[in-house]
Amino acid sequence: MIEPQGTPLVFNIQKFSIHDGPGIRTTIFFKGCPLSCPWCHNPESQGFETEMIRQANGRMDKVGNTYSVAELVKKAAQDVIFYDRSGGGVTLSGGEVMAQNIEYITALTQQLQKKGIHVGIDTSGAVPFLRFEKILPYTDFFLYDVKVFDKKKHIQYMRIDNSEILGNLKRLSLSGAVLYLRLILIDGVNTDQEKDILPLLNWLKREHIQVEKIHLLPYHTLGKDKYMGLGKTPVLFRVPETDVLQKIARIFQEAGYNTIIGG
Amino acid sequence: MGEAALKERVKKGMHTEQKIVEGQWGCTERIKRLRELSVHGSMPSISMERAVLMTEAYQKYEGTCSSPVLRGKAFYYLMAHRTLYLEKGSLIVGEKGDRPWAAPTFPELCCHTMKDFDNMNNRERVFFKVTEQDKQIQRDVIIPYWQDRAMMARMNALLPEEWKKLFAAGMYTEFLQQRGPGHTVADGKIYEKGYGDFLAEIQNQIDSLDYNHDLQALQKREEWEGMKLVCKGMILLGKRYAALARSMAESATDLQWKKDLLDIAVTCDIVPEHKPQTFRQAVQMYWFTHIGVTSEMNNWDAYSPGKFDQYLEPFYEKDMSDGRLNYESAKEILEALWIQFNNQPAPPKVGITLKESATYTDFCNLNTGALRPDGTSGVSDVSYLILEVMDEMRLLQPSSNVQISQKSPEIFLRKALEISRKGWGQPAFYNSEAIIQELMYLGKSLDDARSSGIASGCVEAGTAGKEAYVLTGYLNIPKVLELVLNRGYDAYTGAFVGVDTGDPLTFASYDEVWQAFLKELNYVVDVKIAGNNIIERLYMENMPVPLLSVITDDCILKGLDYNAGGARYNTSYIQCVGIATITDSLAAIKKNVFENKRFTMAELWNACKSDFSGYDEIFHIVSQETPKYGNDDEYADTILHQVDLALQKTIAGRKTPKGSRTVVEFLPTTCHVYFGQVMEASPNGRHAHISLPDGISPEKGADISGPTAVIKSCSKLEQLKTGGALLNQKFTPSVVAGQRGIDCLAALVRSYFTMDGHHIQFNIIDKETLLDAQKHPEQYENLIVRVAGYSDYFNNLDKALQDEIINRTEQTFS
Repeated sequence: MIEPQGTPLVFNIQKFSIHDGPGIRTTIFFKGCPLSCPWCHNPESQGFETEMIRQANGRMDKVGNTYSVAELVKKAAQDVIFYDRSGGGVTLSGGEVMAQNIEYITALTQQLQKKGIHVGIDTSGAVPFLRFEKILPYTDFFLYDVKVFDKKKHIQYMRIDNSEILGNLKRLSLSGAVLYLRLILIDGVNTDQEKDILPLLNWLKREHIQVEKIHLLPYHTLGKDKYMGLGKTPVLFRVPETDVLQKIARIFQEAGYNTIIGG
Repeated sequence: MGEAALKERVKKGMHTEQKIVEGQWGCTERIKRLRELSVHGSMPSISMERAVLMTEAYQKYEGTCSSPVLRGKAFYYLMAHRTLYLEKGSLIVGEKGDRPWAAPTFPELCCHTMKDFDNMNNRERVFFKVTEQDKQIQRDVIIPYWQDRAMMARMNALLPEEWKKLFAAGMYTEFLQQRGPGHTVADGKIYEKGYGDFLAEIQNQIDSLDYNHDLQALQKREEWEGMKLVCKGMILLGKRYAALARSMAESATDLQWKKDLLDIAVTCDIVPEHKPQTFRQAVQMYWFTHIGVTSEMNNWDAYSPGKFDQYLEPFYEKDMSDGRLNYESAKEILEALWIQFNNQPAPPKVGITLKESATYTDFCNLNTGALRPDGTSGVSDVSYLILEVMDEMRLLQPSSNVQISQKSPEIFLRKALEISRKGWGQPAFYNSEAIIQELMYLGKSLDDARSSGIASGCVEAGTAGKEAYVLTGYLNIPKVLELVLNRGYDAYTGAFVGVDTGDPLTFASYDEVWQAFLKELNYVVDVKIAGNNIIERLYMENMPVPLLSVITDDCILKGLDYNAGGARYNTSYIQCVGIATITDSLAAIKKNVFENKRFTMAELWNACKSDFSGYDEIFHIVSQETPKYGNDDEYADTILHQVDLALQKTIAGRKTPKGSRTVVEFLPTTCHVYFGQVMEASPNGRHAHISLPDGISPEKGADISGPTAVIKSCSKLEQLKTGGALLNQKFTPSVVAGQRGIDCLAALVRSYFTMDGHHIQFNIIDKETLLDAQKHPEQYENLIVRVAGYSDYFNNLDKALQDEIINRTEQTFS
């Protein structure tokens, strides 16, 4: 991949995030992602450049702002009292945070850690492992997405294969990182027991991947309006049935994985 | 409105002001029946009995004795002749009127006109049924005697013209026009002494008077004679109830009811004359005292039990170990008390008093889980029992709160949060450490602050049983700026009501705006406090409350009435409303007119005058591109702090006639709606006549950074220097669902309280609110909803998803 330079773009800073890791957190969303999953619910997070989006009220808003590391740390530190009381902290998300200028992200995690702030990284792992190595000392946990386990199907939807993603997951596990596995479940894409779920499960077992918890996140159609606001056409998928989710949860639970539906 | 229409409203529960949740509430069949009667089976109505008896007593005694003795005699007369009500199945007895939900009137304070009576009967909300006979009594007996004697009439004759102008303009309200000074709470003395003991104590004082050396001797004696009379009146009330129960028992055929009546008789043989010996007697002792205090005068916020769990704990433990009580029977007694509370609506209010407090609630407030006198946690088995009772009763009254300190067990906080998130508004959460510091800031001793530090009424900090802390009225802070912008002219009344602080269109710097604001504020506060002092003096001389004095330290010791400065501590609160609107308005001027020069004062003035119609660009700038309070934003919160300091400097620490000291407070009840109605558009983009935000909440739609940012901003007010500040936080049920939800709420409470926050309560949003949010998204920018495995701002969702969430929200509630 081409090494991004300069200050990365942030498209949202959300305080009181309660589903992106433990406790009350501030989630910083970086703009730009190497994958372009067709079901992405934040299409404005995909491009690395600023863009305009039309809001529901018709006004055009710019997506993407830059902040210095110090500015972001200051912003994040505003809620330290809540992190302390709830066991929360900051989660860096995207887009893909790991695909941003890694010197910047490393400095950010380092500064946050210096302030005693618990740092989580929300990633889909499609970057060279070298990047993970840089931030590992300053990161407390990873929310790690695995979109599709089957390599061919992964290429079909994401246009790249997933060996780097799975390899990074394995190496993070070996390095002792705290991992929360997040599976976005889409009916007709990755919810088939025989073709999707069991192969993933067997791989996790075979490779001795250590995860704290598996989160099953059902696909939703929330991003629809945003696609239109960006002048793009949304591709709609089907939301999985609750009983399918429950069945998948049970499979992982029976294999000894702490698994929940939701963030 | 006819009888049938009124009945229909009662059946629908319109008088309960809360969503009726169908179901059976209460731990026993007895309680379920009594609760049903209270919620669906009683008609809010006027009870003329007190007014008639007080008139008879005044006609008999007025002019023959001093005012404390007159009040004492009148109270005794009332206790001797009033109707006693006994509902079948009752465990705790005593009503303010001649039956449940019947509100007595207090013509010595406010003599209602015939029009007032029609209004009470006909109004949509907070109505009281008035019969033709009631009207006839009012017209023929009450009005002729009281219309010139009533405090409100006497006040109106004395208050200066400038006071009346500002009052009419909605610059402030006046608490003591229709109700007496109060906000007072019981401490533990009524569980250690009966009224017979108080009587003996007072007699000792009289006996040891030295008319040679104590030059106040006669004055004291008159106060004490008045106090003796009310003690005798209280004892008589108990005796009459005991006798009534015995005589009803004689003819009762239902064996259970016969036994119940004899139990009531035995209880009333002991209390209130003697100190209580059992749990049940202790509860009845409180209730008799409550009825006594609220019959003597309609003081604001009735009367409250304070640290009830602590006072009941020794009785509970003794009765449990003696085998006289078990968990269920203790609960039944408390639930019976809850129903008694709910059966007493606040006195009927009219006019602006109704606008500032449009509710049946009389704000009787229990503090559960507070600190003990030695500073340790006071959470006991009784505290958990009270939480259960609160949850099982789900009644409008009493208002229940919990006090949380660093020493509170986590499980206590969490149990309270679990009830709170059910979404019916109770309990509220108070910060024990903040209350203690607030009281000590006002000069109370650590011992008094710890043993009696409570929150009552809406959120007011006070010293139970030792303090007269009197709310004197709400102050409309953003309207001060409106007067500045209009050079003292008020569009609502069409009159010049303020001072001319110069032509705002020529102001060349923000500092000029600020200085003009300070000047206007000072004028308004001066006029308000001048009025307060006149009113306070009238109460000191004409409206003693000997019963409240008996149970408030150190009135007996000093021989001085509660309303005349007899309490150990005396405080006068002025409740400031609209702190968010003023902060954002000043920020809008500072940032856009003087710093960024995006528009001129003249343009802003025109925009406000035309309610922003035709000024879209200015409206957009002030509402979307200006720093706002509630976002942990340094720019806005610095202005907030400046306003806070100015209010403190202008209002706090003034001395009043009875030796009180004025204190700033931030709470609105329902006054923020009225204060908004009397205003034009504000420079922050608030439209004309729209409600101000409640308490210290941010302006509607201004807080776009989530609840942690709101809490941070609120904590920048120096709350420890106030008598309390009210913060409402809204969530949808799904955000606070599950263990995770409780974890987050607990962390929010603990964090806020660590930052000296005084009070927080959680509102869980219902379907109607979400529907409104769809219609008016600009007012709900901070509304967070749980979507699917995550939460988001409601406004971020498309229509279909919003609809889905609305439907789901309803399911969560059912």
